[in-house]
Amino acid sequence: MEKTVNQKAWFLILPVLILVAFSAVIPLMTVVNYSVQDTFGNNKFFWAGLEWFEELLHSDRIHDALGRQIIFSAIILAIEVPLGVFVALNMPKKGFWASVCLVLMSLPLLIPWNVVGTIWQVFGRVDIGLLGYALDKAGVSYNYTQDSVAAWVTVIVMDVWHWTSLVALLAYAGLQSIPDAYYQAAKIDQANRWKVFRFIELPKMQGVLMIAILLRFMDSFMIYTEPFVVTGGGPGNATTFLSIDLVKMALGQFDLGPAAAFSIMYYLVILLISWVFYTVMTNLDKRDGV
Amino acid sequence: MAKITLDNLAHSYLPNPMGEDDYALKALNHVWADGEAYALLGASGCGKSTLLNIISGLLHPSQGRILFNDHDVTNAPTAQRNIAQVFQFPVVYDTMTVRDNLAFPLRNRGAEATYIADRVQKIARMIGMETELDKKARGLTADAKQKISLGRGMVREDVNALLFDEPLTVIDPHMKWELRTQLKSLHHEFGHTMIYVTHDQTEALTFADKVVVMYDGGVVQVGTPQELFERPAHTFVGYFIGSPGMNLLDARVNGNMAVIDGAEIPLGAGYKPVSGKVQIGVRPEFTHLTNGNDGLESKCAGSRTWAATKSCARIFSEMKSTSSPKKALKLAQI
Repeated sequence: MEKTVNQKAWFLILPVLILVAFSAVIPLMTVVNYSVQDTFGNNKFFWAGLEWFEELLHSDRIHDALGRQIIFSAIILAIEVPLGVFVALNMPKKGFWASVCLVLMSLPLLIPWNVVGTIWQVFGRVDIGLLGYALDKAGVSYNYTQDSVAAWVTVIVMDVWHWTSLVALLAYAGLQSIPDAYYQAAKIDQANRWKVFRFIELPKMQGVLMIAILLRFMDSFMIYTEPFVVTGGGPGNATTFLSIDLVKMALGQFDLGPAAAFSIMYYLVILLISWVFYTVMTNLDKRDGV
Repeated sequence: MAKITLDNLAHSYLPNPMGEDDYALKALNHVWADGEAYALLGASGCGKSTLLNIISGLLHPSQGRILFNDHDVTNAPTAQRNIAQVFQFPVVYDTMTVRDNLAFPLRNRGAEATYIADRVQKIARMIGMETELDKKARGLTADAKQKISLGRGMVREDVNALLFDEPLTVIDPHMKWELRTQLKSLHHEFGHTMIYVTHDQTEALTFADKVVVMYDGGVVQVGTPQELFERPAHTFVGYFIGSPGMNLLDARVNGNMAVIDGAEIPLGAGYKPVSGKVQIGVRPEFTHLTNGNDGLESKCAGSRTWAATKSCARIFSEMKSTSSPKKALKLAQI
């Protein structure tokens, strides 16, 4: 078929271009712009090159925040993935209770993040919170505003409470897709419960678990609202994760240059880790296929 | 290997079955002879898979007993029954190699390593997968996976019976024939009791020594393929077996004459008077076109006449029986 050339067709993609430009390209470029400039105020900027990046790469403050962030994400994944799988394995397969479980499981996922933070902030308070008060009366020293261990425990338990459902629901979906014949064959082969899990359920859940791990990693690596509402990054800097530190730098200290450089590096780190993770997982998959 | 006896066996998926219609499998007595290859043939939803799952112990029957070699196994769990089952969709353990797949049932039963290695090698030769033993099962084709399922069943020497639940559903047509031939030769060689569930009459008739035809939860006929074709005991067998199926024509029977649509057709033999609805079944293979006045006049799409010859016409009579509320179909014959 003959194609008609009509340059006016460019106007058709103009709305999208404008939309993307204003929502993504221009803000991102503004950040890039800030990251290579310095200012002494009065909206006057001058070229700083890669100075901010160099400074941040050697900054102890960033190193510490990154370290805390990695430990946090590692603990979250180590708890939520096995726990989610365990919950999914024990959920009813069908019937009324399956629906009840699904609704209950999805409830925490529907709560806005700052509300989750507020719930736990109150829940853990020694004076009025159920948890804090009970622990205090039981003689356990627990005060997340003073003690960094207590603060960490609170933040981690809160995240587990909030997000294990996601892993459980994904794993449950994976389990549901296994045909009955597999379980019947396993019975005939006299496989025990562990072997059914190891050789049938786990391999069939691999795909969804990969997605669950990826989602939980990215989300926990970018976590901001919940720990900020509960601990505000404290006590001291004990729960100051990367994004909390970034906000402190950008809005608290108004160090636009370093904060912009920080943002870009933060973004690249998440991208890099996710990419490495994804590549490793898919390659494992391919190697198995041969 | 074992003789399998079904003693007054029935099953309903409902907790409190009321009438006969509530039963997926109606009361059934049958003996599967040791070492025979059976096909269990019937339309989808007639209770074939239910019966198979009861034999393998995946389902507990609502009533009746199952005996393996006169030993009651009704309450025995699947693992103790020592049967092998191949399912509609290939079941393999994806992450294991073919070798580990075949060894799996033996390892689970705590067999010795040398014995396992020996058996696996033997079975691999049997199913023609010796060269693929160290491949992961995940990447194999559907027919190779189905062979592994079969091999996993046969790797146990003392297996009582091999059950197949429509095993060729997802197999490519050209591989179906090959797998079926392979199954037959395995049967000849090792003489397992085999029960092969299918709704495909070609599969059933080519695979089995004896075909068990099921209809609406009950067994309507057991016989060799030839018996089913030539002497169907039920109208369902008549039109289900054969392609196209049997023609069924309303008729009146007077001794050795049948009257169909006013035309008189001489029958090969004389028949006792029958009451109720009478139909004559004619296999299309046994009809031919003729110009004379004999036979049955009929208009086809091409407005030609065709005639039914008498030789193979069989009479069916649907009689109201007092013993069973259901319509009993009885073959009227002198």
